[in-house]
Amino acid sequence: MTTTDGNLYIDINTANVPDERGYFGEFGGRFVPETLVPALNELEAAYLGAMADPEFQAELANLQSTYVGRETPLTHAKRLSEMLGGAQIYLKREDLAHTGAHKINNALGQALLAKRMGKQRVIAETGAGQHGVASATAAALLGLDCHVYMGSTDIKRQQPNVFRMRLLGSEVIAVESGSKTLKDAINEAIRDWVTNVRDTFYLLGSALGPHPYPRMVRDFQSIIGHEARRQIVAQAGRLPDVCIACVGGGSNAIGLFHAFRDDEQIDLIGVEAGGRGIIGGEHAARFADLDVSRPGVLQGTRSYVMQTSDGNIMNTHSISAGLDYASVGPEHAYLRQMERAHYTYATDSETLSAFQTLSQTEGIIPALESAHAIAEVIKRAPTMPPDSIILVNLSGRGDKDLDTVMEVLNP
Amino acid sequence: MRSQRGLDAIAAMFARTEAEGRAAFLPFFPVGYPTYEDSLAAIEAMAATGADGFEIGIPFSDPLADGPTIQQASQVALENGTTIQHALDAVRTLRERGIDQPILMFSYLNPIINYGVERFVLAAKAAGADGFIIPDLPPEEAPMFAVCEQENMALVFFLAPTSDHSRVALVAQRATGFIYVLSLTGITGERQSLPSDLQAFIADLRAQTDAPLVLGFGISKPEHARMMNGLVNGFIVGSALVRAAGESRAAVHDLAKSLRDALNT
Repeated sequence: MTTTDGNLYIDINTANVPDERGYFGEFGGRFVPETLVPALNELEAAYLGAMADPEFQAELANLQSTYVGRETPLTHAKRLSEMLGGAQIYLKREDLAHTGAHKINNALGQALLAKRMGKQRVIAETGAGQHGVASATAAALLGLDCHVYMGSTDIKRQQPNVFRMRLLGSEVIAVESGSKTLKDAINEAIRDWVTNVRDTFYLLGSALGPHPYPRMVRDFQSIIGHEARRQIVAQAGRLPDVCIACVGGGSNAIGLFHAFRDDEQIDLIGVEAGGRGIIGGEHAARFADLDVSRPGVLQGTRSYVMQTSDGNIMNTHSISAGLDYASVGPEHAYLRQMERAHYTYATDSETLSAFQTLSQTEGIIPALESAHAIAEVIKRAPTMPPDSIILVNLSGRGDKDLDTVMEVLNP
Repeated sequence: MRSQRGLDAIAAMFARTEAEGRAAFLPFFPVGYPTYEDSLAAIEAMAATGADGFEIGIPFSDPLADGPTIQQASQVALENGTTIQHALDAVRTLRERGIDQPILMFSYLNPIINYGVERFVLAAKAAGADGFIIPDLPPEEAPMFAVCEQENMALVFFLAPTSDHSRVALVAQRATGFIYVLSLTGITGERQSLPSDLQAFIADLRAQTDAPLVLGFGISKPEHARMMNGLVNGFIVGSALVRAAGESRAAVHDLAKSLRDALNT
């Protein structure tokens, strides 16, 4: 199966980054223990082979259509636009993808690749649980054994997703080391992979980690932007003025931005987790707090890293588990350095307010991660003329966050 | 002032242990565990048992190549305030106290980048270190550490059971001092027994490179140490010694002595 214009479902030959060593400018690369290098070489070769194979692409396209429910709609948020009195706001509805977030795009692509490589055992890390659920789902669909590492702090705040993963037949392994969040789950997944590297596929959930992950995850997520680009032209008659997405590791954002990277008139805005505010350091705004964040190496890639004066990784804070991470995908560091994309942040309280606003004006309960992007829309739309267009990636739905939000709103 | 430093000191160590017909015993120990002074005392005690050289660990918040024992020790060291500067001070102090064996500094990459690669290499050399072991630095990135070559300092790279011929060739070309051979796929930690195919694995590497081979991961008992003579040029023991140090100063001394004595032929 190909797209209507006869091209492969995902065309990976259009980007000039990363280079053959996995670098996006000075960011990216492959900083891993030697044991994993042959596995990453094997993965890269298998990935390139799969993407050049029309049969693999057809299988992915078919599952995206008949199983995930793509393409996801683009919704004109008329009441929100009217309330804010400025730009027209369009929501790319990744919340309507199967499992409730964009994570399935990548999980399905990588799980198909695992199957193609003959790796029966897959491992994954998860923060909010959305990538874990997507991995568990893809593993169930394709008959793979799935083991998901999750920090015990995140297990507490994302109980429904933990239950979902177990229901789907995956093992969820609580990680008790470090801050017991996403970063520690990735450490533990890497330790598993380095131990079981010969028969295990590491299904990494965001556009980070060692090459080829940042590139592969971007490519699998780029369907978001490619669809949205067609849809906005069909609905509004032109391209947007601004694209906005939240950025944890950055996979939903890079998935949206990728299709618009060459349209330099379009502003690309990433929204990080401002937590309890930048002053005080309780946040995950890697690009906003340059007192503690600077280029470094964490978990296989060179990017901005929140760290102490001694180069140890700082604990981060966000109300949303999915953005609670001390580093950021290397391509975002590159887009920021090239001034092609710009990055801002939303605090926990701005996010909670946006969470309620979208629920009440549009009847859509967003994931707390995605509510960060909505918070930026709420700040920005009123400053723009009524015929301008904001395209925002609604990366996931908020059912998983109801406990967290109830605790704050009805203590 | 030691007569030989850096790569020369490491080469002299292997020449001596080879002349004695045995493998070199290279304990790993993290600075700051369970306290800064205890870690120095542990290293001095091991030196007194005849350890041939040391791998001195700089604690890091996210030690992804390490198992539970060294993870926990790193955590303790960080909680009691140990920094990369303390590790440099530790090397200097050990030299002042007469420890003459080669010392390699073990660190994950980020703390070194944060300190400044060149600044760190020069500071380590000035403190009396002889080289570096960086588990998340692949040989492709060796040019970042070009200063090591100018300063005659060792930059060790790794080989694993998963390494194919092209990896062996690249590592053999880039590694200086020795090659750190991982006995198994996995993370650091004590193992009851070493892999059964170890002899064949090492023989295969030997056929491809003349560089000194130092085995690590899983080696924890005198019977493991005894197997090292004639197999490899040296071996590293970490977790078992760290666990012993958590018990008492006497325990770390006794374990190091039993490992070293096992090499006497």
